[in-house]
Amino acid sequence: MNIIVCIKQVPAKDAPLSINGNWIKESDIGFEMNEPDSYALEEALRLKEKHGGEVIALSMGPERVKQTIKEALAKGADRGIHIADDNFAQLDPLGAATYLAAAIKKEEVDLVLTGLQSDDHGFGQTGVLLAGLLDLPHATIIMAIEAQDGKMRLKRELEAGWFQHIECPLPAVLSIQSGINKVRYATLKGIMAAKKKEIATITPQTLGVTVQPTQKVEKIYIPTKTKKTEFLTGTPKEAATKLVEKLKFEARVI
Amino acid sequence: MKILVITEQRQNKWNNTSFETLAAAQHIAKDTSSTVSAVVIGKGVASFGDELAAKNVAEVLLVENDLLENYTPDGYCVALKQVIESAKPDLVLFPHTYQVRDFAPKLAAMLGKGMIGDCIAYKNEGGKLVFVRQMFQGKTSADVTFQSAAPWFASFQAGAFRADLVEPNASGKAPVNTVSVNLSADQIRTKPLDLFKEAKSAVDLTQAPLIVAIGRGIKAPENIPQAEAVAKALGGEIAASRPICDEGWLPMERQIGSSGQTVAPKLYLALGISGAIQHVVGMKGARTIVAVNKDQNAPIFEIADYGIVADIFEVMPALTEALEKAKS
Repeated sequence: MNIIVCIKQVPAKDAPLSINGNWIKESDIGFEMNEPDSYALEEALRLKEKHGGEVIALSMGPERVKQTIKEALAKGADRGIHIADDNFAQLDPLGAATYLAAAIKKEEVDLVLTGLQSDDHGFGQTGVLLAGLLDLPHATIIMAIEAQDGKMRLKRELEAGWFQHIECPLPAVLSIQSGINKVRYATLKGIMAAKKKEIATITPQTLGVTVQPTQKVEKIYIPTKTKKTEFLTGTPKEAATKLVEKLKFEARVI
Repeated sequence: MKILVITEQRQNKWNNTSFETLAAAQHIAKDTSSTVSAVVIGKGVASFGDELAAKNVAEVLLVENDLLENYTPDGYCVALKQVIESAKPDLVLFPHTYQVRDFAPKLAAMLGKGMIGDCIAYKNEGGKLVFVRQMFQGKTSADVTFQSAAPWFASFQAGAFRADLVEPNASGKAPVNTVSVNLSADQIRTKPLDLFKEAKSAVDLTQAPLIVAIGRGIKAPENIPQAEAVAKALGGEIAASRPICDEGWLPMERQIGSSGQTVAPKLYLALGISGAIQHVVGMKGARTIVAVNKDQNAPIFEIADYGIVADIFEVMPALTEALEKAKS
């Protein structure tokens, strides 16, 4: 089974963000593999271990993105594709998916995996858009994959504790729910092996697609505090009594 | 402007965020002198259409087909594309549910359009529609605008608007118009199978009006009964932030937050929860938020209506007692 995993590189979780218009100042912060995508990568590696085939790590963005592709290679992906684009952060979801889909079309793949959403923009649309652009069936928020005889039995998470099994033919696009598996660490052997693996770099201009923006992030800003907290003081007993009074007569929620 | 709201129901039950989105549509319609139409899609869902017709809408579009009995992304995309092409709305609004995430971006793309998903607010800046959503896991807000011609697509996060503010229909009942769609079985490539819950005690927290949630401050599983006593005295459901469920102290279905459930109850009582954004996105739509935490700088207090800065182990028994007294 040949699998492409779409992996985004995002600002490190603990990175102090300083806002610059509609994006952040990138100079002083670290970047890492988008955590939801690491679950998709892990799932791809497990499917490959079970069914054979190849795992390709696909990522778009500036030069620094190569580091994240190398991490995927060290974990066990066979090769990488880097769509080099310094302006990646300014693309809307459809624009990004259009480039990714064009790169995927050049490969013979059975399965395209994405994480659920990115920890930076958080649009959460890439997998579904890829399915549309590649004209493939898809499913999202996947918690289990069993592949057999050219099709898959999937476990999809719904809201409120509900799940659903879905049958989906191959090839297909799946968005993986975080927590589906336990993500592996790269071994020293894997890191050494990754040095010999290929990362193909392509530019958006060579992909033969045109992209028109459909939406634009005008600006980002720190959310304003919308509520004024009324603190209830005194002994725990006094505070609890005051709270119950407030809930009953002021907020009227009990 | 014409606004189309795509509502959602499953197994003969509304997804209540449909009404929040209807409230959003009514609000935007007032602000922009627009009309609101609402779509019900499925099979045997006429009663849902009637219920919507009693709200302040210009019309209800009833989209029924045998192949729409169970949700599939292919079926919904093919059907709704035809609905949008015939109704010609300027703005199409969805509740931001797991189901909508599964098909709506593709539906928009099929029409060559983009979708602004997971919005928390709407602004009108001199006639320009601005949708507010979060980025960087809630650390920032973002103002987003559409760049292409209508129709525009957007979805609203649970709790962004209040379902109880949906206006009724002043003239009694709006017309319910049936829209027939061309859909064939071979267009639907995935096959939905059984719906199931993993735990027998599964509870739909999104429907719970009163929620008591615990976080790391509870310290150990043997302390959970103290919080459960508060929930019982309140008549509410117990819930938790992610670490508590990861530890297995409460089942995953009780988890509130970005990887758990999103709720908008009347009352959310957070006990020993710091208020990391991954948790806050799942509960900030609550009408009244109470936080008890010994750290007065905990971010949870930024969104709390009432706060008690104290040790939860002192407050929990006192609160249980006060709640029981208030009831008797």
